[in-house]
Amino acid sequence: MSTIAAERQVPAPRVLTTQPRFSDKVFRAVVTTGGLSSLIILGLIAIFLSYRGFEVLRQEGFHFLTSSDWSITTDDAGNVTESHFGIAAMLVGTILCSIIAVVIALPVSVFSALFLNFYAPAWLKKILVAVIDMMAAFPSILFGIWGFLVLMPSVEYWAKLLNKYLGFLPFFKLHPYVVTRSPFVAGVVLAIMIIPIITSVSREIFSQAPLDRIQAAYALGATRWAMIKAVVIPHGRSGVIGGAMLGLGRAMGETVAVFTVLNIVFQVNWQMLLGVGGNVASLIILKFGEASPYEIKALMAAGLVLFLLTLVVNALADLIVRSTGKSGR
Amino acid sequence: METTTKPSSLADVANAHVQKAPGTRALGTGLETRGIHAWFGKNHVLSDINLDFAAGTVTALIGPSGCGKSTFIRTINRMHEFIPGAAMAGEVLLDGRDVYAAGTDVTKIRLQIGMVFQKPNPFPSMTIGENVLSGLKLSQQKVSNKDELLEECLERAGLWNEVKDRLGAHGGSLSGGQQQRLCIARALAVRPQVLLMDEPCSALDPGSTLRIEETIRHLSDTMTIIIVTHNMQQAARVSDYTAFFLSDGGPGQMIEASPTNEIFSRPRDKRTENYVTGRFG
Repeated sequence: MSTIAAERQVPAPRVLTTQPRFSDKVFRAVVTTGGLSSLIILGLIAIFLSYRGFEVLRQEGFHFLTSSDWSITTDDAGNVTESHFGIAAMLVGTILCSIIAVVIALPVSVFSALFLNFYAPAWLKKILVAVIDMMAAFPSILFGIWGFLVLMPSVEYWAKLLNKYLGFLPFFKLHPYVVTRSPFVAGVVLAIMIIPIITSVSREIFSQAPLDRIQAAYALGATRWAMIKAVVIPHGRSGVIGGAMLGLGRAMGETVAVFTVLNIVFQVNWQMLLGVGGNVASLIILKFGEASPYEIKALMAAGLVLFLLTLVVNALADLIVRSTGKSGR
Repeated sequence: METTTKPSSLADVANAHVQKAPGTRALGTGLETRGIHAWFGKNHVLSDINLDFAAGTVTALIGPSGCGKSTFIRTINRMHEFIPGAAMAGEVLLDGRDVYAAGTDVTKIRLQIGMVFQKPNPFPSMTIGENVLSGLKLSQQKVSNKDELLEECLERAGLWNEVKDRLGAHGGSLSGGQQQRLCIARALAVRPQVLLMDEPCSALDPGSTLRIEETIRHLSDTMTIIIVTHNMQQAARVSDYTAFFLSDGGPGQMIEASPTNEIFSRPRDKRTENYVTGRFG
């Protein structure tokens, strides 16, 4: 028996085909169009920015990223005689403000998400969720005005406090002494803007923590906080990081709110309490109105850099979510 | 003609092991339930359950789906109250003290009354070793001899030989049956007096089921076990006592509780007889 079986030829695998139905084809076309259009629009924006910014980027080269002057001289006829464009200060400001924002917003958001899911009574949860969702839809200029009118006058006290106790850290150094309109203020305003985003994402992922594991933890004599540490946070970690990166992206691209509170100065500044800084987006809004055609090209180049920076951050977020996503699920 | 002595009826299976007499072991006085009722919202699901569980015995709860068996054991370790709208009445006495008494630390109750669930639910973010000891961490207890405890619990759950070389692997890397034994080991590590098992084998293959049944027989030397099962063969194989639950459309009731060999050989109630002989359910 076995010899016969051994002599039998092993067939090649068959080619498997399926004939999709008409309705399937239509749906596939609709979905494909939707999916590709966002990609195409994004690609067109990138091409547009590269095309418009190319001339300046070629002229400035790597200096565009490492130097911090923004000057343009024209002769009487309006021809550019000399120009220097560098956005190092703005890049540093973008990164500094966004990091301050995420550092402040992340713990607040995670704790409010945990509160909403596991501690708040149902009626309070309903109200708070509505308020937080409303906050997410709030126009950013209002946050900027709040920062300018309310936060800035009171920030001096906090800045002094931070400087006094944490002044040994380079970030909290304060010299010369100018606190208002500092990256710190901008970071706080941005933090308040991104708290709703990170809270919603965290709340969603925490609420999906598997019930059987929650019960397992309780059945082992866990308190609520012990259960959260053992089950909910490991489950939600990657989602929370994803939410934080979403918030970081929003903070990096924010224009109006930062423009309202920040002193835009072309000087690289890592001291977050010092009133010097700016970010790429606020640079564009500052210069755009009065820019000559050549300067606009420089602004487009700055926009391209911001675009790429955001892409890199998102790719990084994706990487982190992927590498932490496996454990805890 | 002599054939192999394979037990043919449930009664024979139940008779094949010696039933433990109540109160012969110094394991505390056991567990008593007095007039347990349970509700989900307005829905009355369990009515007036009075059952005693002698220390060191295995009691099986049998009955068709929806008769309140699981709800009943969840009232014992106060897991019932996690479900929104759930309510209960009656008393659960552990060593004579009501677990629902005011001022009782509910986390302590759950340490004394452990639970194994229907679906294996190890913590996937923890290793096998961490899973076993997770109860200590969750309840903030410290032990000096972690390695001994780890080995002892895995040994008693019948898993030690299979995992001793990979205690650092993640709990999710085990098979379903191994995961369930890991959950049993995890429940043992906090040294409960009572172990509740809610259909622990319903998601497992026959081989794993057999291993877990052996484990249950061994464990009953040191603790009181209450097991919910849909498998009457299993009830006959592992338990000393069996209680039959039934719902006639209203709240679930306990129809009959007897030594296991009796309930399968000469049930007192007609409904029990119909169920154990397979006429319904």
